Amino acid sequence: MILKPRLDDIKGIGYYVGKIILGLGLTMLIPIIIGLASGEVNPTLDFLLGMEIAFISGLLLTKLCYTKKDLTWMQGMIVVSLSWLVAMVLGAIPLYLSGHWKSYLDACFDAMSGFATTGLTLVQDLDHLSFTHNLWRHLIMFIGGQGIVIIALSFFMQGIAGAFTMYVGEARNEKLLPNVIHTSRFIWLVSIVYLALGTVALGVVGILNGMKYPNAFFHGACIFMAAFDTGGFAPQSQNMLYYHSFAFELVTMIIMVLGAINFKLHYHLWMGNRKEIFKNIETTTFLITVTILFFITAFGLRQIGIYPKIIMLFRKGFYQLLSAHTGTGYMTIHPQQLINEWSSLAVVGIIIAMALGGSVSSTTGAIKMLRVGVIFKALIQDIKRIMLPERAVVVQKLHHIKEVFLKDEQVRSVCLITLAYLLLYILGAIVGMFFGHPFLNALFESTSASANVGLSCGITNVNMPTVLKLTYIFQMWAGRLEFISVFTLIGFLVAAIRGR
Amino acid sequence: MMRKSKLQIKIQNFKFLVVVFTFTFYFLPLVCFAQPISSAELINNAKHYDGQTVVYEGEVIGDVMGRGAYSWINVRDEGGAIGIWLRQDLTKDILHAGSYKSQGDWIEITGVFHRACAQHGGDLDIHAQGIRQISPGRQRLEKMNLSKRNLVFILLGVLCLVLILKQLKRV
Repeated sequence: MILKPRLDDIKGIGYYVGKIILGLGLTMLIPIIIGLASGEVNPTLDFLLGMEIAFISGLLLTKLCYTKKDLTWMQGMIVVSLSWLVAMVLGAIPLYLSGHWKSYLDACFDAMSGFATTGLTLVQDLDHLSFTHNLWRHLIMFIGGQGIVIIALSFFMQGIAGAFTMYVGEARNEKLLPNVIHTSRFIWLVSIVYLALGTVALGVVGILNGMKYPNAFFHGACIFMAAFDTGGFAPQSQNMLYYHSFAFELVTMIIMVLGAINFKLHYHLWMGNRKEIFKNIETTTFLITVTILFFITAFGLRQIGIYPKIIMLFRKGFYQLLSAHTGTGYMTIHPQQLINEWSSLAVVGIIIAMALGGSVSSTTGAIKMLRVGVIFKALIQDIKRIMLPERAVVVQKLHHIKEVFLKDEQVRSVCLITLAYLLLYILGAIVGMFFGHPFLNALFESTSASANVGLSCGITNVNMPTVLKLTYIFQMWAGRLEFISVFTLIGFLVAAIRGR
Repeated sequence: MMRKSKLQIKIQNFKFLVVVFTFTFYFLPLVCFAQPISSAELINNAKHYDGQTVVYEGEVIGDVMGRGAYSWINVRDEGGAIGIWLRQDLTKDILHAGSYKSQGDWIEITGVFHRACAQHGGDLDIHAQGIRQISPGRQRLEKMNLSKRNLVFILLGVLCLVLILKQLKRV
């Protein structure tokens, strides 16, 4: 028997969603300040409107649903999945008002793409977009990468026991510090320190490459936010091709890799435990998969002989591969080139890289390295079990910050999430094929959306059917939250309709 | 007398042919410009145009990025943008580059198209031999959208009302 949700459940959810909306409204102050500083009048008005709508709805929700009760697991999960949808709707308001998005759905698509750190975009005439809106596009990647709920936990909530539920619901299952709120604050500290360093590095490279002073640092800040949060938005329509700079590409490669590293590993590196990077299962798996997949991609590119020089292979083949594997989506080629010029083998290499992703508790999407490592270890364990005498006790260890024994229930949960990702990739590909796209193209775009990568082979464009836009929005949302909170919300809605 | 005039006629005919050939193959391309090719056509059929001299036109966007004796500019048309590698002196006539606050110069570029330029790490680009301004850019004056401004004030009123109601209930 399914139980109908109680009023208390709805009040608890509404109250915390309201708080998160208030937090989101406050973040709109940043583009407002930039808008005022750069003298962009109408964009500033767009964000004032967005902020006012956020504050009104947030205040009403917190008032109407006021509760002193703490969140249960179910409520926490629903707060997270709902908050991401609400953030999409509110975050899209200033984008739509700019007139650079053809419809409100297109603005929602970009808002979800930004929050989920995907990077697929439907913006029109990006090269004439204001600083204010452009900053917002990148800022929502920075916010979404760390986690929308993490912001609320870091700055607006004090000592609620249900915080951990929301933290887990946002696909972060590792605490760095005993307290989840302190963990959230540490994540922000790391991100802001890197933001300052990355902006300066990219700004200096931009100036050396002939960009003007304010523009170079603006681009530096935007590119850092999108690269570190493995997002993939860029201030100009050509993405990384705009800069025509090897140095710029190298710096972004470093930032993308930093973004794809587990925050727990960052913490240990900050604490001086540098050996961990060489022993950790995620970094070793990442190194192995990058090497194998680069071999596949490079072989595919050699077949057609498009990049005969090593440097060309590195700047095009390796860059695209690393961008895919870290889930960033920065491109140094035009999307159409992927399908028209690259061989199928090279494209398959990129698709696999997108499907695997970076580390858990990082800003990347997709299956992730820890799960790939665990599946590989479990496979070895099973082979050993077959090979060794029946009485032998086979134990398998893996190193993730500390030595841990591989347990069957851990393998089970890893396999379930992996299966869910694979199904999501295929689901999107089938929908794409319904609209006449070839299998490889449809799989490429679907994997890119589900794994929150943002590389495109050209399917994502303003004229694509509404159903496909909605499919990709769902994939970006479910892929970013790693399903559990999304499934809980679906279950909650079913219970509300069919429960007793 | 007759022989001389025939020779003169032949020489005159030859001179005429030389003039026609010179005009057709040298001056005509400079006077009558070839049909520009769009960015979408170039990118989608990059292999076909690789290494060919093409004419491309569009709006200069973003920065003019000086790199020693050369510069990079990015030129955009309806279908997308392409990087143009050109001599520094060719950029002196570019006065406006497209951004939120300005409409960039609309220029025509004649140059060699590369689908994967060996000199620039595999970039798809055009090495310009010459550029010509078709229409100058301009600064864009931003007028305040009054309906947006009014809506901001209305919502501000609503927000204040909600805040007051919240305080009142607490009291």
